[in-house]
Amino acid sequence: MWRFVGYRLLQAIPVLLVVITVTFFLVRAAPGGPFSSEKAVIPEVKAALEAQYGLNLTLFQQYTSYLSDLTKGDLGPSFKYPGRSVNELIAAGFPVTAELGFYALLVALSIGGVAGIIASLRPNTAQDYIPMSAAMIGICMPSFLLGPILILVFGIYLEWLPVSGWGDIPGDKILPAVTLGSTYAAYVARLSRAGMLEVMSQDYIRTARAKGLPEWQVVTRHALRGGLIPVVAFLGPAFAGLLSGSFVVETIFQIPGLGRFYVQAAFNRDYTMILGATVFLATLIVVFNLLSDILAAWMNPRLRAQFAEQ
Amino acid sequence: MRLSALRILLLLIPGLFLAACGSGESNVVQGNRAGILHFGNGTEPQGLDPHVVTGIPEMNIVNALFEGLAVKNPYTLEPEPGVAQSWDISADGLTITFHLNPEAQWSNGDPITAEDFVWSWRRALNPAMGNQYAYMLYPLVNAEAFATGQLDDFADVGVAALDEHTLQVRLNAPTPYFIQLMDHHSTFPVHRPTIEKHGKSTDRFTRWTRVENIVGNGAFRLKDWQLNRRLVVEKSDTYWDSDRVQLNGIVYYPTENTSSEERMFRVGQLHYTQTIPLDKIPVYRAKEDSPYVNAPYIGTYYYLLNINEPPLNDVRVRQALAMTVDRDRLTSTVLHGSNVPAYSITPPGTLGYQPPTLFEYDVEKARQLMAEAGYPNGEGWPGLELTYNTSEAHLKIAVALQQMWKDALNIDVTLANQEWKVYLDSVDQMNFQMARRGWIGDYVDPNNFLDLFLCGGGNNSTGFCDPVFDDMIQQQAPRAKTREERYAIFDAAETRLMEQMPIIPIYTYTSNHLIHPSVQGVPSNLMDSVNFRYVSLENELGVIE
Repeated sequence: MWRFVGYRLLQAIPVLLVVITVTFFLVRAAPGGPFSSEKAVIPEVKAALEAQYGLNLTLFQQYTSYLSDLTKGDLGPSFKYPGRSVNELIAAGFPVTAELGFYALLVALSIGGVAGIIASLRPNTAQDYIPMSAAMIGICMPSFLLGPILILVFGIYLEWLPVSGWGDIPGDKILPAVTLGSTYAAYVARLSRAGMLEVMSQDYIRTARAKGLPEWQVVTRHALRGGLIPVVAFLGPAFAGLLSGSFVVETIFQIPGLGRFYVQAAFNRDYTMILGATVFLATLIVVFNLLSDILAAWMNPRLRAQFAEQ
Repeated sequence: MRLSALRILLLLIPGLFLAACGSGESNVVQGNRAGILHFGNGTEPQGLDPHVVTGIPEMNIVNALFEGLAVKNPYTLEPEPGVAQSWDISADGLTITFHLNPEAQWSNGDPITAEDFVWSWRRALNPAMGNQYAYMLYPLVNAEAFATGQLDDFADVGVAALDEHTLQVRLNAPTPYFIQLMDHHSTFPVHRPTIEKHGKSTDRFTRWTRVENIVGNGAFRLKDWQLNRRLVVEKSDTYWDSDRVQLNGIVYYPTENTSSEERMFRVGQLHYTQTIPLDKIPVYRAKEDSPYVNAPYIGTYYYLLNINEPPLNDVRVRQALAMTVDRDRLTSTVLHGSNVPAYSITPPGTLGYQPPTLFEYDVEKARQLMAEAGYPNGEGWPGLELTYNTSEAHLKIAVALQQMWKDALNIDVTLANQEWKVYLDSVDQMNFQMARRGWIGDYVDPNNFLDLFLCGGGNNSTGFCDPVFDDMIQQQAPRAKTREERYAIFDAAETRLMEQMPIIPIYTYTSNHLIHPSVQGVPSNLMDSVNFRYVSLENELGVIE
């Protein structure tokens, strides 16, 4: 078990190094720089700005100095927000994005899980087709469409929920969580349906039924654990996707999360912020993939046995 | 029960939804009672250092936290006393003496002295500072030389403290708009002990502008600043004119998504929006007692023409293109009547100046010019590419013009959209044939638009160069005795410019806001400038339906 974890963590180092290197040189290759603006900047001012941020060094020197700062955990100063460090911007934005992602995941699991299980119990009937068609629509509906629709209905016509903000007005976290979660709910529904269908045809389910257990107990006690393994394996990538993909929802609902900083950084050519956020999110993705692998292994008796032998 | 945790979660979710009912009192209602203005401010401010920031959102906040020697009256745009009680301009217009208000003080209680301005301007002009607006102080003797590193001794720059409350300024040439510049943040005083406590005076990354550190001198002081969420200022009791300040505070929201901003306004979360989505204009126009406010703004939307490259190196082609843009149709349809057709670079009515109109929409004449240039009915046309930065509005305008040119002249124009920074790079390198451009004035004076087109100017970007034009702008206009004489010189210069047509003017910008009826003291003005000292809120008016 520990060997597996240690091995995977070691594997992460070259992965991150490649991510950093490729990002570093890619953003530098993009035309325009952090200090280009609509009003022409005189050469003296530009030179002074570049000197303040170390852009007057050669690209390779900048790369090595970035790496050496990175080993100390220093992601550098932001170009766009003078007086703010990238660490600080991530620290300000990440908790909000993580909270949003967590709620969205809850929404995805509850709606998607229930829909998938219901559908799997009577395959190829209306009970299957209706939730699965809804899931298909959910996958196809982008959040920049769903968000404004939900806002119009629940925020403006019904006046039940706030249309923007995060933690300012009671209930303002609901619409963003539902908007972000619904796409993932659709995936969860399809995965849990497939997983449940496979499990429901197993011998031990027949045994459970033969024992005379009521159907709901067969499902909750015996089928769920095996049937949800594909969903659990999906959790890690899904949570990472929620964290790095929340930009649209954050913009629609004016949420002060990391996604907004990240995308704006790319538009602003805020080199350090682009890199910092990329490194940070890449690390998270690696960690979450690892966690979901461990969780899936724990839920799968066969794999658990393999780990135990090691 | 092994999966009980999952079950509890499943039960919790619907509960979460049910718990969130009832919307409570809106920001607007609460704000009206407490005297707090909820202000949609466009984007998250880059920072609050007056010598670093460059954008409008930053300006809206910095103007509340700091004050220059003079401020603008929002109704007339004429300067009125700020930190300076009064000023004398010498007969030759070259020396201005500011008399500082002895009551003026910093938010920590320190008095504001003339020496504070000398130190602050030195900082603003210091090349190491990288202040992008340093040029606002270039009218001062030797300021440009100091800012570009050709002069090391700041004592030679034309600003001096005669005593604690008297500041004397020497100018290169008479500069009628100089007092106006005192309301621009790049000329604001900053508190030396605070800045030096947190780092080098020219450092851009110090923490002196944080809530716990910042010392300002404006009508408001910083209370709270949460990144990408809100920035809150409260009325300052140390401000010299605090009796006249009616607001108790302002909450600034970063509202970069205009649709979200409009929805926030609709449900009473904002008193004031930075702008309005184009397609919402007809909806708000149709309302009775509409909160939609539209007014001319000191800015021009135009296309740059690279006059070094064929086919635009032929002035007849440039004129023909300009003449076949049906500006009335464009502004009334694509732009929903929110903007005003433009036929010259200077916006009309810039402190009484009216730009010359050298051409009008004239398809016949344009066809004739094209035939003379060798492209009768578009034959032999080599093609032309129009570069613009990615944006829905720019695209709509470009497509409309592309069609107008096709219909009128039978020529093909291809569209190339570029991401913002890529586009800036293309314009800067003059790597384009025709490119979209907008220019917003920093101060109300025709000079601010015409000096763009000086030979080799950083914002010229067309290749236009006319020594006679340069002489008029740089030598003759500053030495004019009266406003009439000065404007006559500008008129002649602008005529020369527009005869050569290095740009195609398209429309004059307008400011577009949604303003709640309870907000008083925000008159429309050409600079779209809000002076928060004048703003008040009427309590009785509630949420609009």
